[in-house]
Amino acid sequence: MTNPKNSIADKKTIPSIYPTKTKLQVTVIFFVILALYLFSMKKTTEDMVNGLDGALGNMFRVLAKFFPPNFEILKAIWNPMLETIQMAIIATTIAAIITIPLAILSARNVTTFKPLYYITRIFLNLLRTIPDVVLAVVFVGLFGIGIFPGILALIIFSLGILAKLISETIESVDMNPLEAMRASGANTLQMIWYALVPQIAPQFTSLVLYVFEINIRASVILGLVGAGGIGLTLNQQINFYNYPNAMTIIIVIFITVIIIEYISTKLREALL
Amino acid sequence: MIEFKDVNLVYPNGTQGLKNINVKINDGEFVVIVGLSGAGKSTFIRSINRLVTPTSGSLLVDNEDILKFRGKDLRKLRTKTGMIFQNYNLVKRSNVLKNVLAGRLGHTGTLRSIFNLYKKEDVSLAYESLKRVHIDEKIYNRADELSGGQQQRVSIARVLTQQPKYILADEPVASLDPPTSHQVMNYLRKINKEDKITTLVNLHFIDMAMEYADRIIGMRAGEVVFDGPVSEVTEKTFEEIYGRAIREDDLRGGAEQA
Amino acid sequence: MANLTLPPKPKNSLYKKTKTIIILILVAALYVWTFLSIDIDWARAMERAANNFHRVIPRLFDPDWSAMGDVSDKMFETVLIAFAGSVMAAILSIPLAFLAAKNMMGIFSVIGKWILSAIRAFPDIILAVLFVVAVGPTAFAGVLAIAIGSCGMLGKMFSEIIEQIDMDIVQAMQANGANRIQILFTAVFPQIIPEFLSYAIYRFEVDIRASSILGIVGAGGIGTMISFASSNRNWNEMGMILLAIIIVVSVIDFASAKIRSKIV
Repeated sequence: MTNPKNSIADKKTIPSIYPTKTKLQVTVIFFVILALYLFSMKKTTEDMVNGLDGALGNMFRVLAKFFPPNFEILKAIWNPMLETIQMAIIATTIAAIITIPLAILSARNVTTFKPLYYITRIFLNLLRTIPDVVLAVVFVGLFGIGIFPGILALIIFSLGILAKLISETIESVDMNPLEAMRASGANTLQMIWYALVPQIAPQFTSLVLYVFEINIRASVILGLVGAGGIGLTLNQQINFYNYPNAMTIIIVIFITVIIIEYISTKLREALL
Repeated sequence: MIEFKDVNLVYPNGTQGLKNINVKINDGEFVVIVGLSGAGKSTFIRSINRLVTPTSGSLLVDNEDILKFRGKDLRKLRTKTGMIFQNYNLVKRSNVLKNVLAGRLGHTGTLRSIFNLYKKEDVSLAYESLKRVHIDEKIYNRADELSGGQQQRVSIARVLTQQPKYILADEPVASLDPPTSHQVMNYLRKINKEDKITTLVNLHFIDMAMEYADRIIGMRAGEVVFDGPVSEVTEKTFEEIYGRAIREDDLRGGAEQA
Repeated sequence: MANLTLPPKPKNSLYKKTKTIIILILVAALYVWTFLSIDIDWARAMERAANNFHRVIPRLFDPDWSAMGDVSDKMFETVLIAFAGSVMAAILSIPLAFLAAKNMMGIFSVIGKWILSAIRAFPDIILAVLFVVAVGPTAFAGVLAIAIGSCGMLGKMFSEIIEQIDMDIVQAMQANGANRIQILFTAVFPQIIPEFLSYAIYRFEVDIRASSILGIVGAGGIGTMISFASSNRNWNEMGMILLAIIIVVSVIDFASAKIRSKIV
């Protein structure tokens, strides 16, 4: 800076590390994201009575209401927790069965009839855009409060995810053995059973377990709208402002999720 | 007996795979088809079990025109023609025995095969086949635990278990090293002589073709440009088939090691 | 039959068989327990369904267009919640990811990994419940729930990316005499930024779905309307809400997939 002549000369001879265009693009994108972020923050905090600072300052004081958790209700929440797990088991099992034809239909390498493939794909994509809670709300409206609407919601919700993941697995299989079986006179069913199933069975099981984990979490949410299980109990306690009880339920959910994920991860590791 | 009569094959994209093929393969022959890659060797061999379908002419296998076959007839034809592939085409996650038994699928009912209820004779046959290619000690290993040469031997055992009348081998040694290549070719040759199974092998190695074949068919651009017993073949014949001088990489070598 | 030579039985057959049988029994027991103790009043459920069907299903497919204004407002809020939450999560998860990356922290990475899996074990909605109590029933509670909830998954993905980087370049820089911060900026960041961005954008897709339901516990966005529509049994409005969600989620999924394929 002490020698302005020199620095101008530098600018002419030394190329910048990144091309000007890239630099400009990155800067523009950065500021657009920043502006959007500030706008979102302003919009989402404008309803707050005491403003952002007041709320954040208040946060820990309010959160302290949840402590100490009331462990005396453990006995009472044991049953709804088991109910949640059962909902997830039933829903995952049924989804795993229904998903097989859907996954085959939406795998490009097996379903060579294009219109069928596209229709299944679009159907599954639409299915995946519907939030699980909306499904639960609709089914609760239809069947009344209870676990049955919850199970239905979970089945449909997990079907979208599972069918997509499994169809991707099918698309990545080695097609050579199928050719060999065809060359030896096997029929289509035998080809699928001997060359396709052994290749996808481990991934299939692993993905089903993964979706089971997702379903455990989702079934907690579903309870909040009346679809049975631990979520229903949690919702009641929150509505009664009974925060220590709610905290116990949250801790039980947390531990259950961790245990199930641990078992599921171990099983999946053993499979693959 | 396999007979090609004026067979043509044009692929949907317009490529001519086969051009006016007139060839007769007699029972028990060991025929090697040579040519550069893209010359139509693979199309030629795959026409015989209809993995590809010629667009005109007639192709007789045991005096039946197979080009009209569909469904059940087609599967019956395929049980009669065993095939060996360049990439072995085994189910990698299944064990060796299950892979070999897959050769019986065409002979086995759907329900039986789905519940793994193979006949005792079939299991025994599979085991015998594995013994013949000396890989029986790996019977319960998973296919992906074996080396390339071992996998190709398993796929030979699979074809043996199929008890075919014809064996079609599409570049069976292209993925193998010289000693294993000779081992695999020796097995094919031995099976041809002992079981009187007509064998057609695609190769692009000149020295191997000369060593193992009874008869050589040369192909270029979808046409048969040479057809005759090995005794009539000279280096000049190959230069004509390949349309260029013979190079080092047209030879597999390593014959003395086998 | 006598002249048939059957293959020898597999050696570990007994061990394998017992293992398979035990697993089968356990699985069977799990199912028996589940189906025996599950409590579904089929008769009542079916009766209600028969009564309600015509009141619910046809109306869902006949969206209430007059609610479009409110629905778009709330849907826009949902997108803002997801956006603010994702940005916060992306920033928060960077230090967490470095903490959980083995090649950066050595054995201390276990601590980072534990923090991340603890966060992941909390369903988003539970976090929303906590934050609604803490900061009041506003959209900002949703932002916080998304921010914290997402950084569990995002931190894990980021740390896996960091663990896959080419450490040779880091060593080359060390050999140059660069200090830790310099190494971070010249050897580590250039290798991870595209994947980071790609995952952050993907997470935004997931967060849109998540933020659309947070409203049922009072954390703002379209979920608030889901909650009202369901308690008022206003199925026409629910149809409109569902339509809005499907459109917005599809558009964002599509745009995000396009952007991500450009980045990586």
